[in-house]
Amino acid sequence: MLSQTETAIRPSGRTGKRTKRQRQPNEISNISNLLINIFFWIYTAICVVPLILVIIVSFSDEQSVVQHGYSFFPNKWDISSYEFLLKDYWQIIDAAAVSLFVTVVGTILSLVIMAMYAYPISRGDFPHRNFFSFFMFFTLLFNGGLVPWYLVYTQMMHLKDTLWILIMPLLVSAFFVIILRTFFANTIPPALVESAKIDGAPEFRIFVQIILPLSLPVLATVGLFQTLAYWNDWYLSLIFISPEGHVNLQYLMYKTMLNVQFLTASPQAMAALAAQGVEINLPTETVRMAMAVIGIGPIVFVYSFFQKYFIKGLTVGAVKG
Amino acid sequence: MQDDSRARVIKALNWDDGEMGELNMSVTNPTVSLSEVKKRGRGRVPNFLRVMKKYWVFYLMMLPAIIILIINNYIPMLGTVIAFKDINYQKGILGSDWVGFSNFKYLFSTETAWIITRNTLLYNTAFIVLTLIFSLAFAIMFNEMRSRWLSKFHQSAMFLPYFLSWVVVSYLVYGFLSAEHGFMNKTLLPFFGVDPIEWYSQSQYWPGILVIVKLWKEIGYTTVIYMAAIIGIDHEYYEAALIDGASKWKQIRKITLPLISPVIIVMTLLQIGRIFNADFGLFFQVTRNAGALYSTTQVIDTYVYQTFLAIGDIGMSSAAGLVQSVVGFLLIFLANLAVRRISKDDALF
Repeated sequence: MLSQTETAIRPSGRTGKRTKRQRQPNEISNISNLLINIFFWIYTAICVVPLILVIIVSFSDEQSVVQHGYSFFPNKWDISSYEFLLKDYWQIIDAAAVSLFVTVVGTILSLVIMAMYAYPISRGDFPHRNFFSFFMFFTLLFNGGLVPWYLVYTQMMHLKDTLWILIMPLLVSAFFVIILRTFFANTIPPALVESAKIDGAPEFRIFVQIILPLSLPVLATVGLFQTLAYWNDWYLSLIFISPEGHVNLQYLMYKTMLNVQFLTASPQAMAALAAQGVEINLPTETVRMAMAVIGIGPIVFVYSFFQKYFIKGLTVGAVKG
Repeated sequence: MQDDSRARVIKALNWDDGEMGELNMSVTNPTVSLSEVKKRGRGRVPNFLRVMKKYWVFYLMMLPAIIILIINNYIPMLGTVIAFKDINYQKGILGSDWVGFSNFKYLFSTETAWIITRNTLLYNTAFIVLTLIFSLAFAIMFNEMRSRWLSKFHQSAMFLPYFLSWVVVSYLVYGFLSAEHGFMNKTLLPFFGVDPIEWYSQSQYWPGILVIVKLWKEIGYTTVIYMAAIIGIDHEYYEAALIDGASKWKQIRKITLPLISPVIIVMTLLQIGRIFNADFGLFFQVTRNAGALYSTTQVIDTYVYQTFLAIGDIGMSSAAGLVQSVVGFLLIFLANLAVRRISKDDALF
């Protein structure tokens, strides 16, 4: 958000000038422009408002939430929900550490592995490129389904409850390999590779020192998508990590949703907790939303800095394989 | 006669008979010279070694991805045979008894099979059609906006939901729909004098809710893709149209839409090929997997998950999974064939 307000200052001077000058012949009329603007302001509000609601509720007083429901204008503000979450901070730190590790290691590994696969099949002189392109492309067309896939990872590889299981299934995505291949094939002139070869550079060195530096835009785009895929993943934790294991932040959020629900739904559970000396009046509604805010925080941060690269990357990399 | 010559060409392509190969190739494909054929025919095995010697680095580079693909994709593909077996963990997967199609018979004798197929197809059809209409409309409107900066700003805002995981989205939806505290029941519905609704136990509202949530989350992404296609159109077309006196509406219909139709076709084809695959996150997280809603919210993916990991019925879930994969494969094949007929350049393969 900050970066937007920064850029807002400069171009707004330009738009100010633009309203003074005459309308270009093929521009839409003032009324249409106004209508489109109003429409998109409303739609932008629809995109942002749900997040604001969650943030406001997390800072509301539990009593006012119980009486008046989730509201944009709570009677009383309160941060006890965050205090409550901080009491149990180890679980959150642990989950955040898992998320961070998996995201960083997973993204780097997958970029390296996918680029190393995409480069050979992008080279026109590599005789087996069609076979290996198809080997990759076929995974987009057909898959074995959940059950055999689950059995391979748990029975054959014995990766249940490990960090590696949160990384490996997302490492290679045929879609991104095709995007990388298209970029390598279309933007890097073959003459460049030829001349490097004449100078005696080995293939791998050409790849590292010529191809990769020239491909930073597409690598950044794919890297961002992979970051998002790893950070937002809860499915692998749901399937492969038992509840006592090291879950990631997204799965912790999912569990918090269910656990808080469980606490309010079952009197026995409340009694059991009371016997252990836990406060009964735990702010369930606001705690739930505070947990969501903790989970949303980093991604909104990433979003505000990188969304323009996302949009740019999408417009650079043609979708067609 | 024709079959015969085709067989000879195939035989020729196999290079098992040097002379026959030369003869047939020169007749059927005059562009390939005789000497070339001879060279290829004789040097086949040494050629392979030469390729290996020249490109071994490439194989080494591709090795990690190949291993991952084999483990993550190809072994599970072979593993689909368990749909035809009665899995018994004592006997192991390979040793379990073959039961033919009985898992499938059992699956299709249940009413659930019909419900999950119907739900998956109807939801995905709605998603494909509505995403296409809305994102095209949004992209065209963005393109017409006078202020570039405002256009960029709104695009960015629209992209925000795409960054959120389905868990987060389920929180946001819960904020609105929670029966006791939700914004709908506590603020919006009382304002209009409507009685509160138990959203998470009344299935009739969910088709609408899920379509809205899905569009809300993903429209930003598809809009940007169509935007990119529209920006790529040469401005001279519009200038010429303007001179001819074409209205904005006519320009959109006669220039913009036809020129971005390859992108539209490819995007839609990709989605049609996946029409049997539901978005697990949407149907699992946003509905909070509430059993009361299953009649309108259970899809093939959630059913496979539920029967496998919650109930533990390997036969049923693997049968449903295999049906999903095979039908999906056939669909993408047919869709591609249809596109090849219309315009060969736009086909995927």
